[in-house]
Amino acid sequence: MASKLQLIIKREYLAKVRNKSFIVMTILSPILIVGMIVLIAYLTEVNDSEKRIVAVLNESDFLHREFATSENMSFVQFHDISLEKAKDSTNNMGLYGLLHLPKGENLEQASKQAHLYTKDNPNTHITQQLEGIFQKKLRQNRLGHLGVSAEQFSTIEKPFELNLATFEGEKSVKGITEIKAFIGGGFGYAIMMFIIIYGTFVMRSVIEEKTSRIIEVIISSVKPFQLMLGKIIGTSLAGITQFVIWLISAGILLFMVVLISGIDMTALMAEVQNTPGAMGGMSQFSTPLSNDTILYAREILNIPWVLLITSFLLYFVLGYLIYSSIYAAIGAAVDNETDTQQFVFPVILPLMLAIYVGFFSVFSNPHGPIAVGFSLFPLTSPIVMLMRLPAGIGEGGVPLWQLLLSIALLIGAFLAIVSLAAKIYRVGILMYGKRPTYKELVKWLRY
Amino acid sequence: MDHILVAKDVSKSYGEHPALSNISLKIPENCIYGLLGPNGAGKTTFIRIVNQITYQDTGSVLFKGKPLAPEHIAQIGYLPEERGLYKSMKVGDQALYLAQLKGLSRNEAKKRLKYWFDRLDIGDWWGKKIQELSKGMAQKIQFIVTILHEPKLLIFDEPFSGFDPINANIIKDEILQLKEKGTSIIFSTHRMESVEELCEYIALIHKSEKILDGKLSDIKKSYKNNIFNIGLELDRNADDFLKMIRDQFQVLDSQYDPMEKQLDFTIQLPSNNTTGILSQLSQQAKVNRFEETVPSANDIFIQTVNKRDNGK
Repeated sequence: MASKLQLIIKREYLAKVRNKSFIVMTILSPILIVGMIVLIAYLTEVNDSEKRIVAVLNESDFLHREFATSENMSFVQFHDISLEKAKDSTNNMGLYGLLHLPKGENLEQASKQAHLYTKDNPNTHITQQLEGIFQKKLRQNRLGHLGVSAEQFSTIEKPFELNLATFEGEKSVKGITEIKAFIGGGFGYAIMMFIIIYGTFVMRSVIEEKTSRIIEVIISSVKPFQLMLGKIIGTSLAGITQFVIWLISAGILLFMVVLISGIDMTALMAEVQNTPGAMGGMSQFSTPLSNDTILYAREILNIPWVLLITSFLLYFVLGYLIYSSIYAAIGAAVDNETDTQQFVFPVILPLMLAIYVGFFSVFSNPHGPIAVGFSLFPLTSPIVMLMRLPAGIGEGGVPLWQLLLSIALLIGAFLAIVSLAAKIYRVGILMYGKRPTYKELVKWLRY
Repeated sequence: MDHILVAKDVSKSYGEHPALSNISLKIPENCIYGLLGPNGAGKTTFIRIVNQITYQDTGSVLFKGKPLAPEHIAQIGYLPEERGLYKSMKVGDQALYLAQLKGLSRNEAKKRLKYWFDRLDIGDWWGKKIQELSKGMAQKIQFIVTILHEPKLLIFDEPFSGFDPINANIIKDEILQLKEKGTSIIFSTHRMESVEELCEYIALIHKSEKILDGKLSDIKKSYKNNIFNIGLELDRNADDFLKMIRDQFQVLDSQYDPMEKQLDFTIQLPSNNTTGILSQLSQQAKVNRFEETVPSANDIFIQTVNKRDNGK
């Protein structure tokens, strides 16, 4: 004979996965997300591909060749007309703006009095680009006065990139900290989304049992805590089912993208594995892949995935149980979904805080006081700690004591919050009528 | 006499508000026990304690002589006043689920459900969803689910609300049959008229306190107050006759039908001794009715509550 908890889990699971809107969402979501990405990419493309045409009225003797067509800007030259007339024509021709350089004794003076006239406030990007042109010419000019030739100047202007390496002598690449935080943040974000989506499902399911008045029939057979737990587990299993379906479909999509774009994944993997540390000898066999790509791939493979995924599961389970039991308590406290808002907002707040604070502070300093504090505080640690963990444990990563303390605090909070939530739940499911205040909720804890 | 349930000095309060104060009840086995009182008196709280949905602050509850424990849940069936079913779940699945929660195996539950669905003539609802059924239909399913695990103690909280008269009768007959088979039944209601024909024992609960309990017939006896209904076939003038009666007794109500020559009246006798008046009446007219009025449960309830409220 199946235990009561199993029966409840099974019912909640089936009720959820058989629900029409759940099925529709499972199928539609990946399509919607891919569609959104494509749409955003397309719109950005359309937005950016608009080429701005700027009219130039250059009455000075300088800067005649520098205004060349670039990616998003092109120029029309006006000659021998007054400024007023030039403004008029610019307007009439519908050009973006008019750049005016008055006569000047030298470049410095002409530049100083140059103006950009536009209809609306000019785009920062455009202004910066124009300023760049002036600046480069001015610098060359000033250096010329100091005796630097044009050839020497172009040598000076050659871009420079710092070579990066770790103490062990491995070449490292830029932006890897951010990438790591992004990967951790991705896990954290997944937890947040899961909590909000499926926590709300738990809450709705509790409200449904209240409004359909079946609740008292059920809790005359099982303990309210069993029902709450079964509901949370059943709903989250349904959620995991949905996530797995999404992951598989994402995998298939990714595979198709790889096939279509023709990236040779096996070659990439082979490269990454054949070059542990020493970068010297590989150049001769080098595939067309750039060194940087391999480096990034290796760094990503070097992330402690086992640790990350284990902690993800741990933080996920505990964090989800904490939040969903709060959601269940909220569902029990009210009679309909419209009454839930005042209670739900304070629940979502720490989650949002975790995501934003996490993204800002962990990015700039993964071991700063804010990042450490938020990764220890139980309501935010499932998200923030996961952002810090891709750097590993111990040296250079999260100190072990912090990880252990964070987990201990989370378990403590889990026990405390779930038992409080269960008390509110137990009283709330049998209360009908008015919406309770926070004061009343506190009173319920003593019933 | 064996008792299925004994409550001793059970108290429960919600914050400052007392829901039950020192309630002691003895519910005999194999009877229908009426738990009566107005809304908010504490009946539901008591029932919830018996069902272990909530717990008393002080006092004890014994089930078949043993303190109430989780394993007793399978021997209790409860039809709450606030009742319902999952709206979007199929009737059969739902009934199976609830039966299994009460500890029945799936196969056993299926077998019994089939029996009851056929018995109440609702076999073709198995695959329907609750939202497709009327309220009365859902109540029938709820009733089946309550009794399916053949509990020793059945608790019905306002069982007839939501039923039309025909179905209420069907359910009433089922309840009586369950009692015949040996089930003890607690019947909680604020509608006193439904009590008379069903309950052998009653307890009155008012403002969290028990104010009266015992065998209904005994209670009724003790509340009799020597009022009699009398019917006579009268050949002479009714007014003269009534006047003569009024000289001796207090007449509460009278009615004369000259066509049928029938005089009906209600009198208050000074004591329960009826020999004198009966012989006097039968000498002067043909007595075709002479009965003592028995107070209804409703009268008793109102009287007791008033007495208590005034006494305070």
